[in-house]
Amino acid sequence: MPNNSKNVFQRVDGLTVFLYLLLVAIGILAVFSVEYRSTDASIFIMSKSHMKQTMWLGISLFVGLIILLTDSKFFSNIAFLSYTGGILLLIITIFAGKATKGSHSWLEIGPIAFQPGEVCKIFTSLALARFFALSEVNFKTLKDRLIAAGFALLPCLLIILQNETGLALVYFSFFLVMFREGLPSGILIAAFSMVALTLATLLLSHTTLLIIIGVGAILLGYLYRTELLRNHLAKLIFIGSLVVAVGYSQFAVPLVFKNVLKGYQKERIYSMLGVEVPEEYRDATEDPDAPKKDTDYNVRQSKIAIGSGGLFGKGYLNGTSTKNDFVPEQNTDFIFCSIGEQFGFVGSAVLILIYVSLMLRIVALAERQRSDFSRVYGYCVASILFFHFAINISMTIGLAPVIGITLPLLSYGGSSLLSFSILIFILLRLDADRVMAIR
Amino acid sequence: MRFEGNSRSYILRGIFIVIAMAILGKLMALQLFQPEWKIMANDIAIYRKVVYPPRGVIADRKGTLLCQNVVIYDLMVTPNEVPRKNFDTMGLCRVLGIDTGVYTKTLERVKFINGPMRQGLFMAQLNPGQTARFNENPYAFPGYQLVERTIRSYPKPVGGTFMGYIGEVSPVMLKKDRFSSYSQGDYVGIDGLELYYEEVLRGQRGVHFFERDNFNRPKDRYKRGTLDTTEIAGKRLDLYLDAGLQEYAEKLMQNKIGSAVAIEPSTGGILAMVSSPTYDPNLLRGNERAKNFSKLYSLATKPLFNRAMKGFYPPGSTQKPLTALIALDVGAITPSYGYPCGGGYTQCGRFIGCTHSGGGHAANLRLALANSCNSYFCHLYRLSVDNTKFGGVRKGHHNWYEHMRNFGFGHPLGVDLPFETGGMLFDTSDYDKQYRGPNWNSCTDVYIGMGQGTLAVTPLQMANGMCIIANHGFYYTPHFVKSVGGNPRDSVLAPFLKRHDIARNISDTAYAIVGLGMSDVVTKGTGKVAQLEDIEVCAKTGTVENYKNIGGQRVKLQNHSMFVAFAPRVNPKIAVAVTVENSGYGATWAGPIAALMIQKYLKDSVTSPRHKALEQRMFSGNVISKYTYIIDSQDRYKAKVRDSVKRANKALEAEEVKRQTYLLMRRYLDRWYSKKAA
Repeated sequence: MPNNSKNVFQRVDGLTVFLYLLLVAIGILAVFSVEYRSTDASIFIMSKSHMKQTMWLGISLFVGLIILLTDSKFFSNIAFLSYTGGILLLIITIFAGKATKGSHSWLEIGPIAFQPGEVCKIFTSLALARFFALSEVNFKTLKDRLIAAGFALLPCLLIILQNETGLALVYFSFFLVMFREGLPSGILIAAFSMVALTLATLLLSHTTLLIIIGVGAILLGYLYRTELLRNHLAKLIFIGSLVVAVGYSQFAVPLVFKNVLKGYQKERIYSMLGVEVPEEYRDATEDPDAPKKDTDYNVRQSKIAIGSGGLFGKGYLNGTSTKNDFVPEQNTDFIFCSIGEQFGFVGSAVLILIYVSLMLRIVALAERQRSDFSRVYGYCVASILFFHFAINISMTIGLAPVIGITLPLLSYGGSSLLSFSILIFILLRLDADRVMAIR
Repeated sequence: MRFEGNSRSYILRGIFIVIAMAILGKLMALQLFQPEWKIMANDIAIYRKVVYPPRGVIADRKGTLLCQNVVIYDLMVTPNEVPRKNFDTMGLCRVLGIDTGVYTKTLERVKFINGPMRQGLFMAQLNPGQTARFNENPYAFPGYQLVERTIRSYPKPVGGTFMGYIGEVSPVMLKKDRFSSYSQGDYVGIDGLELYYEEVLRGQRGVHFFERDNFNRPKDRYKRGTLDTTEIAGKRLDLYLDAGLQEYAEKLMQNKIGSAVAIEPSTGGILAMVSSPTYDPNLLRGNERAKNFSKLYSLATKPLFNRAMKGFYPPGSTQKPLTALIALDVGAITPSYGYPCGGGYTQCGRFIGCTHSGGGHAANLRLALANSCNSYFCHLYRLSVDNTKFGGVRKGHHNWYEHMRNFGFGHPLGVDLPFETGGMLFDTSDYDKQYRGPNWNSCTDVYIGMGQGTLAVTPLQMANGMCIIANHGFYYTPHFVKSVGGNPRDSVLAPFLKRHDIARNISDTAYAIVGLGMSDVVTKGTGKVAQLEDIEVCAKTGTVENYKNIGGQRVKLQNHSMFVAFAPRVNPKIAVAVTVENSGYGATWAGPIAALMIQKYLKDSVTSPRHKALEQRMFSGNVISKYTYIIDSQDRYKAKVRDSVKRANKALEAEEVKRQTYLLMRRYLDRWYSKKAA
């Protein structure tokens, strides 16, 4: 039992702070290495990203200090309010957002520009935590499950309307939290099967897939024939899922690919799979004879940078690909390339180890909370971190399609660093008061 | 209380770890087992820059620079660094002296070739005026930059004959082993010393590795330059050549067709080599080369043809001292041997005329040389090849042939210039071929004793022959270069440091008598014109008859004037061979030129009134025969006819193929129709 008489700084979890600072420091070094030129007069040039990032670290630490000095009850009190505010901001952004690169997810207030979608992750985490902490909530009921899903999906939907799909997908990470809080594992399995089925639909021809599903169904039916004959519910589920599988793969996915997804999104998905966009999904406006655009340029350059790192890397400041602008967005979304190139497999593995340690530590922190609010919030932080981490690194090495989300704490960018810092520092503040019951 | 967490918590932790492991697995595949990424990274990111060191300079024996590098400037432009607005286009056009239309066109072309991000050549080799105007305010034209380049320059406009020139390496050269390390666009010596000493002059190219960015612009040194190799400057060549003598000889030879070669006998070092008409080597440098080359190439007098080592001439009387040497070496005669010439040689059933008759003008070797007795030397040849110790003319002539080869005739001497040729010298097998078996004897080609018949030599070989007499029986292969990078024993000079000892059966006294005979040529014989004060010149004149087929007729052209000499008689310092084509007696043109060259080299100046007058006559004399132009146009016409005949034949062949195809088709069609009709 922690001693309540100690002040809040003594009760803060040192390991998390250490891992946090370590990651931010690695990020600053990585950003520095990307922009470093041997002709630079000094390493302290304010216009360079690493100095700006250092400045943002200062701001983040300052904000973190304020958070630590705030009463822990404050966060649960403002949870719903902040969520409402966040949703309003998102709605405003749909109409008043600054258009950049096809999306309009940035809001400018005076000199400050920020992505409400980024900030809203914090508010949603707080609101979700508060919701689970409410005494009248029983997550075993369908109603509460739907409400919880609504908390996550509403901002997600609003962000999709801003054309910032990558950021919107992050909100799906809240389903991991819900899983922890008792969402049936069937849903998770169903979701996983859905993803597998989608990939199969994209890779195989419709007829082949139909045959495979048919053969699979017959095999399963044969294996569980006694069960199916005896149990009507099982029969129903079996036939239902068969219909869903066929309908999904033969009609739903093609429909979405033909009518909903945009050309570049299709190309990214197919480029991750390593095949060309098939004829039927190409936009009618697209000239079929036009020379193939190098759509996977980013990923190829990123793979070249990482792959050329080898076991020990090329050494700090010797990254030929990352230093010379071959990888686009290499300060932000593709910052992992500079680690992979300069420090090789060993360095990458160490970085991944640090991330996993941080995530596991946060889960451990969450699990030791007394209050539901703190625990759910802790899981939110871990899930968001995990989602960012997994998708970002996967996309740099060609395991996932390129969606523009940052590598937490490493990527250059004030709003990203600040929002992750706030997420983590709120958790640290709550953890410092873990013996208290916060509602 | 949920302090220890539930099973779902462990599933989540498991998912975290599994995904992390999946990422690690993919990373391992990428970074450890797929080396192609490394290759691709190097391909895209490393820029290999070849740094060319300055080419070695060439200096004469006194240290005067004959060939050096001068810096010129190319104007380069990076198109997208040129501001769209507020750029002083008119100003730049004024600086360069071009109009705006040309400016726009050139800029577009650079953009097209290199893309807008990379630096491209806007204008090559700016003249000094343009350079100066541009440098008045180089910052007025952003995006434009002057880039230094060096080109060859010849401070003295002499030595076109042997200097050679450099140019971009040609695809044909690239296929040869010697130039396999070159790449397209590299500069290379194409002729002359520049080609022969290419490896030495070139130095060692340096390779600098740069990182380059996504627009292909070189950035930082790759691995901080640790992989770079530094360039090593080309070595300096010091020649035996005397630039003053070379210049003087070129002046003497102007308006004449022929050549003059001067060699230092004790070393084989070439003091001067002129093939006239010659040209200013500065014509064949930089971007003017192609234009000037074709101009020189089309001239009837063929200035690009190095007559000093490629021109074939019957040596005429200049052969006689060598005939004497062979006879002495074989032991066929002694210096006191005499021949009773009565105005011609009749022993072979033909009459070979001699300019003298009787009076004992060939009573001994010295007299025979001084009087240039044809009978004496024809007979000497026969005595040499019919000598009883060979037991037959076949062995005898082969021995004579071997002697001549040892003297440097009948094969390229190996001078340090490319494309040397060797002249003509018949061995027994050649006679067998010509006379269909052994149907020949010492009389058949007896003229070669006096330097006519089946014998053709280059002026360089003639000069080398003089060196053998001057040295009393040895020579060093004639060569230009005294030291490479200050080292006179450099390995590339090894072939020139080898002393060729020949004709060792001749006593020094016999050599002295040959020398005295040649000295008499100058004091009282045919070469009086070559007399110099204080210098005892040994020489031999030559007047060579020559014929040419012009318009289907064998026309006897004006004789070639030949002169070989060495001086002083005792302890010789210089050996000279001069030929002036179609100009008359050896003593009229070639003699004075050789004498003046000796005077110039040994005394550094020509002072006496007689020599001044002679010099003047040589400077102003124009003896280029009108036949030169006739022969040239005739040759060109012949080549044209040959070419058109070839083309016509090709067209005929093509026509025939077409006709055959047509006939074949007709036949098939006919058959088809006839079948149908049936």
